[in-house]
Amino acid sequence: MELVDWLSQKKQDIVREWIRVTMEAYPVEALNVLKRSDNQFANPLSHIISTNIALLFDDLLLGVDPERTTPILTELVKVRAVQDFKPSEALQFIIDLKKILFSMKDETVEGGESMPLEQLRKMEEEIDTLAMLGFDIYMKCREKLYEIRANEIRNQTHMLIRRVNEMDKQKEAR
Amino acid sequence: MVKMLEAEELAKDITETPSLLNGKGPDREWMDTPAEFRDGNWAYSAKTKAIESLKMPYARDWSPGDEDWKLPENWKEIISEGFRERLDKFRSFKVFMDICVRCGACADKCHFFLGSGDPKNMPVLRAELLRSVYRNDFTLAGKLLKKFAGARPLTMEVVKEWFLYFFQCTECRRCSVYCPYGIDTAEITMMARELLNLVGININWIMDPAANCNRTGNHLGIEPHTFKTVVESLCEDIEDVTGITINPSFNRKGAEILFITPSGDVFADPGVYTMMGYIMLFEHIGLDYTLSTYASEGGNFGLFNSNELMKKLNAKMYHEAERLGVKWILGGECGHMWRVINQYMDTMNGPTPSYMEDPVSPITGTKFENAVSTKMVHIMEFTADLIKHNKLKLDKSRNDHVRATFHDSCNPSRAMGMLDEPRYVLNNVLNNFFEMPDNTIREQTFCCGAGSGLNTEEIMDVRMRGALPRATALNHVVEKHDVNMLSCVCAIDRATLLALTQYWAPDVEVSGVTELVANALIMEGENEVRDCDLREEPYLGVED
Ligand code: SF4
Ligand code: SF4
Repeated sequence: MELVDWLSQKKQDIVREWIRVTMEAYPVEALNVLKRSDNQFANPLSHIISTNIALLFDDLLLGVDPERTTPILTELVKVRAVQDFKPSEALQFIIDLKKILFSMKDETVEGGESMPLEQLRKMEEEIDTLAMLGFDIYMKCREKLYEIRANEIRNQTHMLIRRVNEMDKQKEAR
Repeated sequence: MVKMLEAEELAKDITETPSLLNGKGPDREWMDTPAEFRDGNWAYSAKTKAIESLKMPYARDWSPGDEDWKLPENWKEIISEGFRERLDKFRSFKVFMDICVRCGACADKCHFFLGSGDPKNMPVLRAELLRSVYRNDFTLAGKLLKKFAGARPLTMEVVKEWFLYFFQCTECRRCSVYCPYGIDTAEITMMARELLNLVGININWIMDPAANCNRTGNHLGIEPHTFKTVVESLCEDIEDVTGITINPSFNRKGAEILFITPSGDVFADPGVYTMMGYIMLFEHIGLDYTLSTYASEGGNFGLFNSNELMKKLNAKMYHEAERLGVKWILGGECGHMWRVINQYMDTMNGPTPSYMEDPVSPITGTKFENAVSTKMVHIMEFTADLIKHNKLKLDKSRNDHVRATFHDSCNPSRAMGMLDEPRYVLNNVLNNFFEMPDNTIREQTFCCGAGSGLNTEEIMDVRMRGALPRATALNHVVEKHDVNMLSCVCAIDRATLLALTQYWAPDVEVSGVTELVANALIMEGENEVRDCDLREEPYLGVED
């Protein structure tokens, strides 16, 4: 049996666990409150994480492809990049998938097939690639924040900058 | 094939049986978790100059990132005394300290909590940061039972925690909408900030604009002649777009109306387009109005600071009205200016100068009954009334390149109840208007994430997580209806929402409502072909 087929059959359990572990980055008191609503707008954080982790897992089964994978991973990393996490904490959830897969290695799927362990290495490499991609996205988000900060200062004094420029031009003309 | 669980079901499942996979044990209780200062989660401290010019105490060089905050030796007594004073002076504060039953209805209503997942951003816990000290110092149960009664002594750690979390509340009042007892966490935050002020803990982004406003009349500290020149160059821009020359008057005695708007409309991008919009609108209806180079700021950062400062900055507008002898004041698209007018002005500075008159629209004859005591009318009420009486010549199709939604800014919506007027105006000036989901608009609107003086760039991380709920709703209408414009009636929002869209929804622009009104205005004497909007973007169907 191919690992991918095994993983597809176990998808529900894995995704559920992956979401759970990802959400555990937030304190228990927060989780107890966040679980109250599953409305996308009333509880965007849980919604973004659960929806995109599920999409990301499907995507991973096809093999990481920057073009296809980036938009999904961006949805997750963008949120983590502005929360109170160190970079390593922000991206921890990607690496956690490895632990989840290892913890399931003795489980079987319908027909009694167990996980084809010899292929697990390959999957780990895919997850590493995902983590590297995540790091690139994280850096882009942080750069974007700096750009926004600079833009904001400029926008706030837009007319004054314009006035100074105009005065400079007038001086030159004289 | 195993059936996939719906994302919603999964979300519900998360907390039922927490996994121990990543080795996390049960968390410590919030009281035992110290506040952590990291770059991006705290705002810069106020500069000595600003504090001194406002004659506030303990001006000194310090940084929240430092271990030693250089507080006065008797800081504990000062705060404690201030606490007691305020409990006596403000009955609501005492009630809010006492009556919370910790039902948790407000817990998941704060945008900062929803975006950060940090429990101390739940309104109930935010208030508890203060209430725990209140119990300890001012209630018998707290004095006797200490931690068992949720009480804790005032320590430096507590003060630092106050600083982090009361400057992570935008005083937006969303939480209070859901509280069965009407507890207003925003007012608790105001009290906490006042207590911090007493020992010289303030942030620069609040103190500096307040000091400038106190000195020159506006947040940027712009002198009258520059203010005038800048407005005149905006008039040149109007001429470029429409071919019409407009010369608004400044400080003109005997004008019927004084127009005051936040200085962000005069100086900041994209606020300037809204300013151009006002000027065009007033020209279109031939309004007898003047601008003031002294009351050149509608915003009132005193609100985020202290009662006294708010009162002083508010009074300046009425002094100017008195000096110029106007009948009433028309106010531009601002958020917190209206909170001050609507909730505090009357008791603080009322009654208005005696010869000021009950506001009546000179164009339609409508008397603005709601503004009789403050003599100040909101531009949206004024414009909606003009449209209702058919006084504007409008061509909606000039806004066909705009697919707009409307962000209810916290202050006009929740503090003022102004929900329908901007929508009425928008629906009359453009063809493509789309609402964001119901639980994110009107009274339930989500804050931009940077109100109450938190619109400073060094805490962009905090702001962006606070902006997540608003952004999620926005992105929904972007996907569903191709929305490309987030309109609002608040000058601070025009700046803060721009940061929000740049991060969360990069294809969306931000505008004021009056900008969109002006785009649609058919002005007398305008260019034969008016082919672009105020941003000089071509109208739909016109080649670039
Ligand atoms: S007033 Fe607004 S920012 Fe403050 S706790 Fe309530 S919801 Fe949060
Ligand atoms: S909703 Fe009101 S009573 Fe309930 S926890 Fe919040 S502040 Fe307290």
